[in-house]
Amino acid sequence: MTRADICAAILWLGATFYALFGGADFGGGFWDLIAGGAERGERPRAVIQKSLTPVWEANHVWLIFILVVLWTAFPPAFSAVMTTLYVPIALAALGIVLRGSGFAFRKSIEGLSGRRAAGATFAISSLLTPFFMGTVVGAVADGNVPADGNGAAFASWLQPLPLLTGAMFVASGAYLAAVFLIGDAGRRGDDEMQRYFARRALAAAAVAGAAAAIGLVELHAETRYVFDRLIDQGLPLVILSVLCGLGVLAILLAMARRPGAPPWPLRPLAGGAVIAVIWGWGVAQFPYLLPTSLTISEAAAPTDTLTAVIIVFLFAAIIVLPALGLLYWLSQKELLSE
Amino acid sequence: MPWLDPLPLAASASNLLAAREQMAFTLGFHIVLSCLGVALPATILVANYIGLKRGDEAAMELARRWSKAMAVTFAVGAVTGTVLSFEFGLLWPHFMDRFGAAFGIAFAIEGIFFFVEAIFLAIYIYGWKRLGGWAHFWSGVPMVITGIGGAFSVVAANAWMNQPQGFTLDAAGKVVDVNPADVLFNPATGYEVPHMILAAYMVTGFLVASIYAVGMLKGRRDRLHRLGLLIPLTIACIATPIQLFVGDTAAREVADHQPAKFAGMECIQETGTHQTEYVGGICTSDGVKGAIPIPDLDSFLVGFSADTKVIGLEDIPEDQRPPANTLLHLAFDAMVGIGTALLGLGAWLAFVWWRRREIPRSPWFLRAVAVSGAGAILALWCGWIVTEVGRQPWIVQGYMRTSEAVTEADGLWFSFGLVLLLYAALGTTAILVLRGMSRRWREGGAEVEGGTPYAPPSEVGS
Repeated sequence: MTRADICAAILWLGATFYALFGGADFGGGFWDLIAGGAERGERPRAVIQKSLTPVWEANHVWLIFILVVLWTAFPPAFSAVMTTLYVPIALAALGIVLRGSGFAFRKSIEGLSGRRAAGATFAISSLLTPFFMGTVVGAVADGNVPADGNGAAFASWLQPLPLLTGAMFVASGAYLAAVFLIGDAGRRGDDEMQRYFARRALAAAAVAGAAAAIGLVELHAETRYVFDRLIDQGLPLVILSVLCGLGVLAILLAMARRPGAPPWPLRPLAGGAVIAVIWGWGVAQFPYLLPTSLTISEAAAPTDTLTAVIIVFLFAAIIVLPALGLLYWLSQKELLSE
Repeated sequence: MPWLDPLPLAASASNLLAAREQMAFTLGFHIVLSCLGVALPATILVANYIGLKRGDEAAMELARRWSKAMAVTFAVGAVTGTVLSFEFGLLWPHFMDRFGAAFGIAFAIEGIFFFVEAIFLAIYIYGWKRLGGWAHFWSGVPMVITGIGGAFSVVAANAWMNQPQGFTLDAAGKVVDVNPADVLFNPATGYEVPHMILAAYMVTGFLVASIYAVGMLKGRRDRLHRLGLLIPLTIACIATPIQLFVGDTAAREVADHQPAKFAGMECIQETGTHQTEYVGGICTSDGVKGAIPIPDLDSFLVGFSADTKVIGLEDIPEDQRPPANTLLHLAFDAMVGIGTALLGLGAWLAFVWWRRREIPRSPWFLRAVAVSGAGAILALWCGWIVTEVGRQPWIVQGYMRTSEAVTEADGLWFSFGLVLLLYAALGTTAILVLRGMSRRWREGGAEVEGGTPYAPPSEVGS
């Protein structure tokens, strides 16, 4: 494994964390969006608000992590992606601004109408941001980003696979959020909300699974290199993802019949299903960063820069992960509140 | 050479202007919030410490309120900072493509600091109720350290753009060898980083104090307001004299290493000794009009002797001179002028405190403090105009022109227009939200209500 490969793995690790925590965060906003009117949606929104508030800021720093690792370790890839996919990337950035500020404002803004406006801004952008990020990832996997950049501004992502990936991002975020919220509602003794989110987790799992299946068909038609590796070298991960998904399904169906605290494997299995997809994608497009025009080693920065990125990552592992663990632990112990 | 602009000049010049305007605007917006992110934690912890140590309820209440305000400013700062990360690629892709491998590492380090700051900020802000007093206080300390560390990393990256080093280029202009330590600790880091960290403490201190000065001018002179003025103002007034020293050093370093920038800042046309210092005025190619001239002072400031030779714009090739000399010059003078005025404000406070152990009684003191926050922000913006406009036409001094870095993408003016509208709404809402919080505190004297986002406060409590 070269240093460039290690840096690519660090990039994928950042993407994994972002998909798990940032994705669930977006998903929380999605459930907020479709929770219904002020009265009907009050209880689920309260559960979401309580769970998101202390952790949402930290959940999104993974995006910064991904960006800085990409532009430091693989500058040509960063530039190629940015000059090709600037439309969905700018829209995702717009969504990030609206979402973060909407979430921060809606707690402290005055008057019901102001809160509704801020809340709606937060919720709608929770849908748009992961969708556009998904189209970016889908366009990369689809091989639509040329190595020297300046690819087609619209045709690069207004295609079946990128759009499906966008839908998959939204659905899998919603799925993760619902699974996390089942546990949070259960811990707070709210059986009704636990069932509420269990139903929604099932629906989101179905949509995410369907989008992934159609995506696979599209991948087969469009990007044979990635598809072939996915069902060859990536097969164990595909199987793992399916098994995790089926495990979650079984738990959720059991919970529908026999209410009570969710069994502990629920969250690891739900996370495992998503992690396996991300690493399956990585394995499938290896050794390309931009299939099939730019490889990891072609895009890699000079050796000393890669070493520095690896050292910075080790520091992150020593410092950030325990701190993040502390934050989540305090949050799960309900020690953090407004 | 891939970074050469393939577009016709007109289109690329238009893109360059749009990209520079958008970058300047979004950076100018973000930098105020990042100052708060760097220095507000320490300000809050001072109040928190006084509150815990002396059982001072007013100080504790201030710490609580400021931390709630920080939740809002940090959130807006985080999203506007994320926008800047995107803009590196969206506006300046060729800069990142060519030099990301060299200076990107500074941002990777910044990422770690920002991450830790965001984590402990959340623990501190939401830990008021359930964490014990001192445990809660200590959970805030990492914010102070990471704020300074984050500022170091980001400003080191900017310093590198001014005095690039620590990399080797091959014949095609590609970065082939990098020494990350040399990148981080380039010569400009030594003065840019402390200059910015002190600026953050000044902006935060004067800004928070100015809010309480307005309240005191309206007759609210309780202990809460006096402490709310005194704690941040003391911090800012300690930072100010150090800042003037650091800034003075920085100007000399710029004169040595970036003579074009210095000549632009000071409107020096002809190279020579006994340079006149011009205060204010309009820069033209035949000298400064309408300025107050002080003979020999410019040479003296650069080398502590009137015989010091200072390079004028005539010796800089025309295509390497900074643009907008008048703007540069006035921005520099305004920064120095405001800094000096703030030093005077600090001296006033220090003198009265030394004699009488109280805040100066004169309403003029409170009026001065009331405008000091806006003044400090203005000085901050002026400083960044000097740094950034003064480096033009280079994005990486001596290595890459800003015109070579800009994107060829369409729709830059559209995006800039959208950003203007978005940030105007963002800034207005943020100020309204903060003012609303402040009014509720005054009226209720208690906590801002939590609860569900869409329900009126009375319905909360399920």
